[in-house]
Amino acid sequence: MSYEIVTRPHQQNFIDWAKDKPEVLVLSADLTNSCEVGKWRDTYPTRFFSMGMAEQNMMGFAAGLAREGFEPWLHTFSVFLYRRPLDQLQMSIAYPALKVRLVGFLPGIMTPGGVTHQAIEDIAILRTIPNMTILEVGDATEAQSVLDVAHAVDGPVYIRMLRGEVSRIFPVDEPFKLNTARILSTGNDLTLITSGIATEEALRAVPLLQGNGLGITHLHISTHKPFDDPKILAALRSAKHGVITMENHSVIGGLGSAVAEVMAENSISAPLSRIGLQDTYAHGASQKFLMSEYGLDAKALVERVERILGKKLGIQESDLAEQRSINVHSSAKVEAL
Amino acid sequence: MGACLFRSISYAAERQLMNSAVADNADLQRMETIAHGIRKRVLSHVLSNNGGYMSQACSAAELLAALYGGVLKLGPVESPIDPPQFMGVPKIGEHTYQTGAQFHGPKGANFDRLIVSPAHYALVVYAALIETGRLREDGLEYFNRDGSTVEMIGAEHSPGFETTTGSLAQALSQAGGIALARKLRGEEGRTWVFMSDGEFQEGQTWEALSAASFHNLSSLRIIVDVNQAQCDGPMETVMAIEPLAERVRSFGWDVSVVDGHSLSEIIAASQSDTAKPHAILCYTDPVRGLPILAERAPTLHYLRFTSTAERAKYEDAYKEMVQ
Ligand SMILES: Cc1ncc(C[n+]2csc(CCOP(=O)(O)OP(=O)(O)O)c2C)c(N)n1
Ligand SMILES: [Mg+2]
Repeated sequence: MSYEIVTRPHQQNFIDWAKDKPEVLVLSADLTNSCEVGKWRDTYPTRFFSMGMAEQNMMGFAAGLAREGFEPWLHTFSVFLYRRPLDQLQMSIAYPALKVRLVGFLPGIMTPGGVTHQAIEDIAILRTIPNMTILEVGDATEAQSVLDVAHAVDGPVYIRMLRGEVSRIFPVDEPFKLNTARILSTGNDLTLITSGIATEEALRAVPLLQGNGLGITHLHISTHKPFDDPKILAALRSAKHGVITMENHSVIGGLGSAVAEVMAENSISAPLSRIGLQDTYAHGASQKFLMSEYGLDAKALVERVERILGKKLGIQESDLAEQRSINVHSSAKVEAL
Repeated sequence: MGACLFRSISYAAERQLMNSAVADNADLQRMETIAHGIRKRVLSHVLSNNGGYMSQACSAAELLAALYGGVLKLGPVESPIDPPQFMGVPKIGEHTYQTGAQFHGPKGANFDRLIVSPAHYALVVYAALIETGRLREDGLEYFNRDGSTVEMIGAEHSPGFETTTGSLAQALSQAGGIALARKLRGEEGRTWVFMSDGEFQEGQTWEALSAASFHNLSSLRIIVDVNQAQCDGPMETVMAIEPLAERVRSFGWDVSVVDGHSLSEIIAASQSDTAKPHAILCYTDPVRGLPILAERAPTLHYLRFTSTAERAKYEDAYKEMVQ
């Protein structure tokens, strides 16, 4: 499977989108070019505010601006939006339910920047915060259409964003819709629920699994909170042999946990198998290496399916659609992170 | 352009008269060689990887050469250590995890400790370790390689690191705790923290400065690469931190302001024995030794070549460096 690669999907799209929205401001914590908003700053210099490397303070400024009717869009790496400034995010922004947009880059283990740059528990932490809306993009179409979705939410929104060279998996005319799962395939043997880059990865294996006669309902999730799209419940109910979740995140507190909650509350007894980081920190290495090391790749998905079915499917690694090679030195990013 | 974008250095008034007699000429020459070696190695690496943290080598070469070249009283390393493979993250009950502090030699009551704070300077730190015989000569070949500890952003298993500080401005507080522990044990050795100036934008830095002076941690030292630059460009266009010396001093610290490319000034400042914690602010030039880097101003933080012509220019600069 090969997809169109969109370079810097956010950069120009965000500029065009913000043109007729004077209330939209950008606050940045010294990662402006890394978050594809350098050109935005140069286009709208009076709406861009450099806050320096001081994320806790940035949260407070965003809160004040939002209280006064502006709509601040904070841009930095995900880890710097919810780890150190968590208290400020909670008390200054989430409690008063302010319209602040947190655009976080480098989700999960996509970066060789190591443990300090890998947001592996952001969804888990943010899911526990009342009033938060949590969105995650899985391709370029979602990276570009998430803006309207976030803008329409009356409260704080966290966006798990992609940058650089991003695949376009979903048609441009099928934009991101709040709290709406995408049904990528249907079938009654297994239900597969994926999010973010795990969807592209899972799609390497799904056709082969189907080729083995397996009926797979595959949902792509882009809204982690709220999480009550009835399509999810229906897909979980239909799974004959089991449910698999796959996420670029810890299995604790993220998509896998959200699915477990829905299953438990609805007495769905199919076995649940969660692919993701198994309660561990990671380290700095290439995305491909880490996805293999931590069992987040298409091969790991095949193995999970085999485990659930209790039989080998005879799918070789070489049968899987080629993994998109990720060039860490791509000129679509300002650094190799 | 370039260098002149960076504030014409305002520290002249702050600068103290330095007694360069404290280091003999052989020391200075050795450190100069180390500094030159750091720039050379980092440029060579950047050329072969089409990218890297180059300006940090330009600004901090003398600072690190001075520290590793004799200013720090570190335990000896018998022979250059192999770059270790990554053996897994720290886990409760498993005590196999080894920090990169081994590259600083054995710990001891009379030895100094060095905590590296700006983890993106890792490439420069590794180069310094190689130049001073602590990391194996080919160590940079393991840089950012899958399964290696020679990570792009150093973590506590990476050579020369013993804390995980890629989320910047967390090292000084931890070093404060280490210095406090050493004080409680009556140890003589000093605890040093190498910092970048961008870290003075984070509130935690100022909380740590307060606590260090409040608890009279007189053996705590910070040495800062004040290159007046950060990711988005010159610091005064991103979030000004000046007057830095005055501000740090007002938090109860002794402050020395030095030319960060003058080994003798760094050495002299490092020898001051004060009753307060001591900060050495090294004002540096982010393109020192590689003037063509100034063409990339205002953003110098990460170097990646935009054309083969540009790359060729850096190859020429490298040839000149090795002459
Ligand atoms: C808490 C935190 N926020 C943001 C970053 C991203 N970041 C990495 S280096 C850097 C610039 C910091 O300034 P400085 O170290 O002075 O930069 P340099 O002189 O190396 O260009 C930033 C913002 C980070 N590592 N940690
Ligand atoms: Mg700096």
